[in-house]
Amino acid sequence: MDKSINLDHMNRKDFLSLAGLGMGGALLSQLPLMGAPVPPGKPFETVDTALKKQLADIALNAARSKGATYTDVRIGRYRNQFIITREDKVLNTVDTESYGIGIRVIANGCWGFAATDKLDHDGIAQAAELAVSIARENARLLTEPVQLAPQKGYGEVSWKTPIVKNAFEVPIKEKAELLLAANSEAMKTGASFVDSALFLVNEQKYFASSDGSYIDQDVHRIWPTFTVTKIEKTSGKFQTRDALSAPMGLGYEYLIPDEKKKIKTVTTLYRDRYDILEDARLAGAEVGQKQAAKSVEPGKYDLVLDPTNLFLTIHESTGHPTELDRVLGYEANFAGTSFLTLDKWKSGKFNYGSKLVNIVADKTQPGSLGAVGYDDEGVATKEWDIIKEGTLVNYQAIRDQAHIVGLSESQGCCYSQSWRDVQFQRMANISLRPGKTPLIPNDLIKNVEKGIYIIGNGSYSIDQQRYNFQFSGQLFYEIKNGKIVGMLKDVAYQANTQEFWNSCTAICDQSDYRLGGSFFDGKGQPMQVSAVSHGSSTTRFNGINVINTARKI
Amino acid sequence: MAILTQDEARTLLQKVLAFSKADECQAQISGREGGNIRYARNAVSTSGQLSSTQLVVTSSFGKKQGISTINEYDDASLAKVVRRSEDLARLAPENPEYMPFVGPQSYQPAATTFIPATANINSKLRADLTEQSLKIAKEAKVTAAGFLENTAGFSAMLNSHGLFAYNTATDVNFSVTLRTDDGTGSGYASRGYNDVSLLDVQKSTQVAAWKAAKSVEAKAIEPGKYTVILEPAAGIVLMENLYGALDARSADEGRSFLSLPGGKTRLGEKLVDEQVTIYSDPWHEKLPTRNYDGEGLPQIKRTWIEKGVVKNLFYSRYWAQKKGVQPIPYPDGFVMSGGNLSLEDMIKGTEKGILVTRLWYIRSVDPQTLLYTGLTRDGTFYIENGQIKFPIKNFRFNESPIIMLNNLEQLGYPERTISGESNSAALIPPMKIRDFTFTSLSDAV
Repeated sequence: MDKSINLDHMNRKDFLSLAGLGMGGALLSQLPLMGAPVPPGKPFETVDTALKKQLADIALNAARSKGATYTDVRIGRYRNQFIITREDKVLNTVDTESYGIGIRVIANGCWGFAATDKLDHDGIAQAAELAVSIARENARLLTEPVQLAPQKGYGEVSWKTPIVKNAFEVPIKEKAELLLAANSEAMKTGASFVDSALFLVNEQKYFASSDGSYIDQDVHRIWPTFTVTKIEKTSGKFQTRDALSAPMGLGYEYLIPDEKKKIKTVTTLYRDRYDILEDARLAGAEVGQKQAAKSVEPGKYDLVLDPTNLFLTIHESTGHPTELDRVLGYEANFAGTSFLTLDKWKSGKFNYGSKLVNIVADKTQPGSLGAVGYDDEGVATKEWDIIKEGTLVNYQAIRDQAHIVGLSESQGCCYSQSWRDVQFQRMANISLRPGKTPLIPNDLIKNVEKGIYIIGNGSYSIDQQRYNFQFSGQLFYEIKNGKIVGMLKDVAYQANTQEFWNSCTAICDQSDYRLGGSFFDGKGQPMQVSAVSHGSSTTRFNGINVINTARKI
Repeated sequence: MAILTQDEARTLLQKVLAFSKADECQAQISGREGGNIRYARNAVSTSGQLSSTQLVVTSSFGKKQGISTINEYDDASLAKVVRRSEDLARLAPENPEYMPFVGPQSYQPAATTFIPATANINSKLRADLTEQSLKIAKEAKVTAAGFLENTAGFSAMLNSHGLFAYNTATDVNFSVTLRTDDGTGSGYASRGYNDVSLLDVQKSTQVAAWKAAKSVEAKAIEPGKYTVILEPAAGIVLMENLYGALDARSADEGRSFLSLPGGKTRLGEKLVDEQVTIYSDPWHEKLPTRNYDGEGLPQIKRTWIEKGVVKNLFYSRYWAQKKGVQPIPYPDGFVMSGGNLSLEDMIKGTEKGILVTRLWYIRSVDPQTLLYTGLTRDGTFYIENGQIKFPIKNFRFNESPIIMLNNLEQLGYPERTISGESNSAALIPPMKIRDFTFTSLSDAV
């Protein structure tokens, strides 16, 4: 995933003046920047599906009359809400909304796309015509025509994220006060500064295609997060500790704590329900412990990775290299290609990881960021294996790639971040299946002689073919002879993807399985973001290289 | 109506403010027309065109503020958007750091940021330029993946204190990666301008083709500290994390690499080698930018680091007021001064070193020391006795731009380059640096 964000209308600076300044860098760099602000607390002004069908039909008819052999139309209303606070201040509340239409066609065997926010008859018809003319113009640059895997039309269908409580309908004041209360908890236990934010996403997406689908979807996502900072006045040194929450495909129920869904190790970890007050309280104390922690001795350690850390390693080292567009070279100029080349998959015996490693792709898992009913080219979503007992068995494909890997249909991986951008192959939720034998984190740690238990995600970087990576974290605990003996700092682990997954020796069971994720998986040109989750249980990796990141300037 | 003239924009914004009942009201409108084309596997992949506008209305009652937007422009819609922002302002909590809107300003005459030729780029021209690039790739028997994007846009703002500002701008960006068909060689080039007539797609593609061919059969050399020459496209991704972090408030608060014990900062202190001077200049011939910022403050020519000494930090209006200084807006473009040497001259003058085309996946490791990690990519070569001797395998680095600029040997001639990470433009010289820290090898090509 990448930090840079598509800004479209606003430049970054303009946006920040809207979203409110004073956030810590860690939060700032992660703002979801789509759409324009609108007021919060208003009832949804949803456009009824009959009207959307009429608008879509204008585009479908116009494109067909200009010679398109395939057309899909996406009419989207994308809503975000941000509440941004620091310490005892609410810096800003912003509601953004963006409404428009994106029309994609095939003409002369070539893709074309045009988008507009002029949603009258002429605006839509002109955009459809423009998409066809772009396709015709570019057809001379093809080596072979686009081959689209067949897809049946579903008629008029709909899908909604199964939320319990719509977070947009919770009063602004109540949400702001929860963040302020969390800030106060962190300050009480020793933080010097706290930046916190709540991000809400609602995508109202209407899809229609010349295959005969009219699909209405209502997608909800939520992400509460914070960064606490502690400054030691005399030395001028500072440390931070981020929230251990995850962005989720849930409603406001995510913010209603549930004792039964907490996992207690050396700190508290959260499964499907989050307790922001408790996490902030712990963060204020833990950032102080981090200040006083021992700087890590570089060398080889057995790593015990909590899902709050491992999800990102899965994302970068399994999710990305199994994206078929990268494998084929479509991302060579930006996001990169992949070491998991077609010959490795065809051999049927490429040893990606140890026998314990089973990795699944899925677009249906409840609570995940990726969960939707249909993708953005009208394909119903599903689940399939990527790595089976350590062997590479499949990729993630869309309609115009399916034939390349011998699939008769798409795997439903085609998405766009908004109506403005063309849809393309995006990562499904890619998750590590839990271990089959009962094992909880505290028992896993008991077997480790010399290790580090890592919680939370920190710095992350991987090469463009996904071999060499470096990850950090939020909390690092030294393990000696089966016991946690104290906190460490300045820790990052560097490894090669294949070696890393082959060093996997233990995976905790289903009871420890949790989702991590990001709103901001970046790919494509112009770059688009995509929301994706990764499930895992606490997992052990033997003999991984750990470096010390402390420097002097 | 994606691009309004100054008069059209002012008339529309005046109409918006006429609906306001708030203590303060500010209306901003922007619009853009743009197109893009992508190619990969030596053929076009996706391509599109976009037209959109946006009106943002901010209303305030005391220290309470609300923001609302719309993209319809009949009277009823304009009245609605103003009323919504007022409703929201009444519901919003008071912000003790609230600052009233900026009053009328006088701006120095704007530089030419809008070039009609760039605004007029159509799908035919994009396809023609792509065809030129593909032809070179096919002749060189390598595989191209590239991207060309053009935009033309405007923005305008008017507030109840009478501040009005307006600008237009165009942009065209091009980047290409050529790979040998067996995947063992890769080369990259990128360029970006306001004026499309400056864009030479063929030349960039040729550079990338040369690097792709020359980077086959890369040798592995041991990680460690090496003298490097960072091309501008490699240097910018580290430099933007330095000049982008010159913020007064975080320094004063003690949570920046600029912070010193006891609440002091490095403002006024020598931070890096004295060859380093970084400034911003909205009228720079090669990087013209807007003459006002997002809040309406004038942008002026300003030096941030002069001969290694930190001269200025960004001050938000709130922080400036608290500290009793003038606010200093974040500029739209940075220029790093350099010398007269070309990249070729610098290679010739290097006994042993590594030429770096591009750095990739740059992430903060420690904000305290501004330590960053990332990898080399798409053209990494060993230099010996003034010549490029052989390609080497890519490295991961862990390095701070502060440490790097204290180990600065030489700067070349600055050129306009685009960050492959943030997509922003700057003028950056090629930089020769000793003891650059590579920490591991990567198998990636």
